[in-house]
Amino acid sequence: MALVTQTEPISAQPVVRTGFDVEVDGVSKVFRTGGTPVSALDNVTLKVTAGDFVCLLGASGCGKSTLLNLIAGLDQPSAGAVRTVNRPALMFQEPALLPWLTAGKNVELALKYAGLPRPQRAGRADELLDIVRLSGTHKRRIHELSGGQRQRVAMARALAQDSQVLLMDEPFAALDAITRDVLHDELTRIWTATGLTVIFVTHNVREAVRLGQRVVLLSSRPGRIVREWDVNISGPRTIEHPLVGDLATDITVRLREEIASHAHA
Amino acid sequence: MPTPSAIEAQHVVIGDGIEPADALAVGAGLDALEAHAVARTPWRTKFVRTVLPPVGAIALLLAIWQIVFSLGIKKAYVLPSPVTVFKTLGTLIGTGRAFDVLWTSLSRGLLGFALSVVFGTILGLAISRIRIIRAGIGPLITGLQSLPSVAWVPPAVLWFGLTDAAFYAVVLLGAVPSVAAGLVSGADQVPPLFTRVGKVLGIGRWGYVWHILLPGALPGYLAGLRQGWAFAWRSLMAAELIVTSSKLGFGLGQLMQQGRDLSEMDLMLAALILIFVVGVGIEVLFFRPLERAVLKARGLAPAAR
Repeated sequence: MALVTQTEPISAQPVVRTGFDVEVDGVSKVFRTGGTPVSALDNVTLKVTAGDFVCLLGASGCGKSTLLNLIAGLDQPSAGAVRTVNRPALMFQEPALLPWLTAGKNVELALKYAGLPRPQRAGRADELLDIVRLSGTHKRRIHELSGGQRQRVAMARALAQDSQVLLMDEPFAALDAITRDVLHDELTRIWTATGLTVIFVTHNVREAVRLGQRVVLLSSRPGRIVREWDVNISGPRTIEHPLVGDLATDITVRLREEIASHAHA
Repeated sequence: MPTPSAIEAQHVVIGDGIEPADALAVGAGLDALEAHAVARTPWRTKFVRTVLPPVGAIALLLAIWQIVFSLGIKKAYVLPSPVTVFKTLGTLIGTGRAFDVLWTSLSRGLLGFALSVVFGTILGLAISRIRIIRAGIGPLITGLQSLPSVAWVPPAVLWFGLTDAAFYAVVLLGAVPSVAAGLVSGADQVPPLFTRVGKVLGIGRWGYVWHILLPGALPGYLAGLRQGWAFAWRSLMAAELIVTSSKLGFGLGQLMQQGRDLSEMDLMLAALILIFVVGVGIEVLFFRPLERAVLKARGLAPAAR
């Protein structure tokens, strides 16, 4: 870092320079709705190395979605700075697919704005649908797909953005447990295959431990980083894995303490 | 904490317990369970459900008309029999006069409507996208929608004289507010989530209008177009009834007015039927299939209709 004299945003530089795909530096966010300002995030610093899988964990109202929106560039911080290696892809809790387009055309729209020339879009969309195991659904309408399939198309669309960074805002929260399990496997597989940097927001402790390499616990009102855990479980993980369960229990204890502390305030 | 060997042992159990093939099969099974078969209604059932009821209603109406005529409540020159009216209609069609008259009115109506769509769409976009315009013009549009467009006929004649421009002015004033209001209400119903999707994908201002706002607003917009056409046709007929001049083309409204001048009730009723047929025809042949296709493509069409 000593060699770097300019303070240009990361986006103008190659990834290798700092090794961080996402840098959140002393970020605060204050919302002013009505008279009293509400502090959603307070001095949050988070650095995510390339290829890392970070789970942001916290109770409702801890500002984890706010943080994700700031990283995505959908909102601006009140203080501090957010730098990302390029415009991140973002998956929402809802599939948020456009119902007037087919599954394939939804993916193609993202490809268009990722700068892929028109003749290559249909083929690339098929490849991406293959990756999320939805071969042959290019022409299907969104309402003809199941909830899990829709979220897979949303994943294909996020991959179509060709970003280094994939942000996920509780993407599996609205799905049933079995579908969620299947999609956990898929996400792990895709993350391993692509080497994407993933920031995954959830309130589900087990899900965080199941997926993440790092789990970051946020406090509520204002959101601050309370603690971090590195998840060192080798081999395939499942939600029922005993080590997943052990770490999840530890984290849950800490999360409960954090939530209970608000009872006195 | 388990000892390292215990961890190893667990890995074997868990790692081998979940075969990728199993996960695939589970996923495929879930999708199969959630996919619902779409039942197709046979055309015969469709015919019985959709075509027969209106035909029956019309037949009933004609029967009542015939009964009232037979009872002799009104004199025949005030209320002619259905047969007389349809004979007159047959003569109009046979001599080809009906088509001339229809085309005069229909071409005015369609051109006026096309202009209304252009202006209404631009106006609707401006209202839905620009706050100050919404605040300023929004209420005016609502007001204009409830103003009977016949009221515009006298001023339009004074402003434009006895020209086709007077017709178009009245048609536009009748239809533009509906088209604009339909687009605005459609645009307001586009979920805010899609706006965020647009930002995430890096879609710019005009890309947003083209790829998200307009297609998202399409159901509301179509409803507006439909109402706009109804208003356009209505206003045009009112204008044609009032504005009659040898300098102008002879339309359906003028035909009806002629019937009135000559005290030919059968001609008036025949013209009325033609006006009605055009209104229903455009609706059934154009707007309804279009609306159904749009809703069906989005999975919004009610299953049984």
